[in-house]
Amino acid sequence: MPTPLPEQLNDLVRPRINRAPSPLLAIALPWVLVMLGSLSPAWPVISSAPVMPPLGFLFLLGWLHLRPGLFPVWAGLPLGLFDDLYSGQPLGSAILLWSLATIAMDFVETRFPWRGFIQNWVVASAVIAGYLLVAAWFAGVHRQPDLLLAMLPQIVLSILAYPIAAQLVGLVDRLRLIQVREV
Amino acid sequence: MAPSSNRRPGSSRRAQYSTFLGYVIAFAGVILGVAVLLFSTGNAGAFSGLRSSATDVVAPAGEAAAVGRSESQGVWSALKGYFTYGVRVARNEQELAVARVRLAEAAALKDENRRLKALLDLRETEPEPVAMARLIGSTSTSTRRFALLGAGKSQGVAVGMPVRSPEGLVGRVLEAGDRSARILLITDTESVVPVRRASDGTAAFATGRGDGTLQLRLINLGTNPLRPGDAFVTSGSGGLYWPGTAIAVVTRLTRDGAIARALSDPGTTEFVQVQPLWEEGTAAQQLTAPKPAAEGQ
Repeated sequence: MPTPLPEQLNDLVRPRINRAPSPLLAIALPWVLVMLGSLSPAWPVISSAPVMPPLGFLFLLGWLHLRPGLFPVWAGLPLGLFDDLYSGQPLGSAILLWSLATIAMDFVETRFPWRGFIQNWVVASAVIAGYLLVAAWFAGVHRQPDLLLAMLPQIVLSILAYPIAAQLVGLVDRLRLIQVREV
Repeated sequence: MAPSSNRRPGSSRRAQYSTFLGYVIAFAGVILGVAVLLFSTGNAGAFSGLRSSATDVVAPAGEAAAVGRSESQGVWSALKGYFTYGVRVARNEQELAVARVRLAEAAALKDENRRLKALLDLRETEPEPVAMARLIGSTSTSTRRFALLGAGKSQGVAVGMPVRSPEGLVGRVLEAGDRSARILLITDTESVVPVRRASDGTAAFATGRGDGTLQLRLINLGTNPLRPGDAFVTSGSGGLYWPGTAIAVVTRLTRDGAIARALSDPGTTEFVQVQPLWEEGTAAQQLTAPKPAAEGQ
């Protein structure tokens, strides 16, 4: 959803006659946002249980919903690789799951082209819950079944965090198309 | 949202091919993911070089953020302090009275201990820490429990070294980069630490449960001698961890052992200490171990 910008930024995004968005900003910003989300293990939160929502993944879903076709279908491969380097999961887990998620979202996009935010949220919730559970299975949760219970707060938190992540994606989308280049 | 048109490229061959190629690469990504995943779950150390150089890149930013973390926690606890002030003063005074007595007793014990150790020809060796560093982050989204440490090979940190905080054992170094290292926390499901009960030396293994607690499994099965509140320390058997580092307190009993709460909370410790490896049979251990009694017989 397009997010209203703060008053101070309104001047920046107002269409001007001889200005155009910078292609670098327009293309790079979505990738940068998802990668920043993937860097969350370097954030100053040290937890003794899995609690943080997978922000990189939430941002990816946000972009796929807001701008279908902005990310190529293969975006899960490089972004997943980057996420794997930091997430602590066995390498390959996010490459596989992010690729599958991108393909699945692409399928939903073609199958149900007319959607509202609630439908998007429902789809995202299913994808997020599936992603977290399968990723936990890759990390060996089947050897420690009690841990599944400890994951419930993370799943609920991630589903609740999705609208916020989508709002942030909407805000960055407005910034992405700021007309800074003179033509 | 309206259907986007980029999936219907019209009659342009070039556009059709590039759409098709996109899907080919996407499915190649799925297959590659499966292959890499199988490979990396099979070999635990695979790709560690790739990961540690990636961690090295973000380490400076994490370091700065870690300073912020400890400061912001200070502010928060100061605020909380105002609301619990009276209760805490009363409790502290009570504890102080008890502690005075205990202190006198402890001084006597310490003296006795020193004399007995002199008798046994034992010497205390506290390992010289290899490095002091900040924990700069942790894998808070994954069910695996790793932390990032702000010191690496250039500070002398090597794979396997135990990491402890003033409260107790934190974990051990799993991968070491140049300026950062990845720590396997004791609460990770793959971490196993040989421990003993501090009071009588009942041996057990402490396995992480991934949610901040540890599962203690007794080596001698039979009747479960553990009680809630029992403190456990590392036993040093098998090498790696130095003996006598505090690790956990029993909270709940199970059929074959107990669930224990880890004493060191990596989230609240500012600095941690990297210790050299404890290897059985090295000079350091021979100094602390009692002389074999069989020698003279």
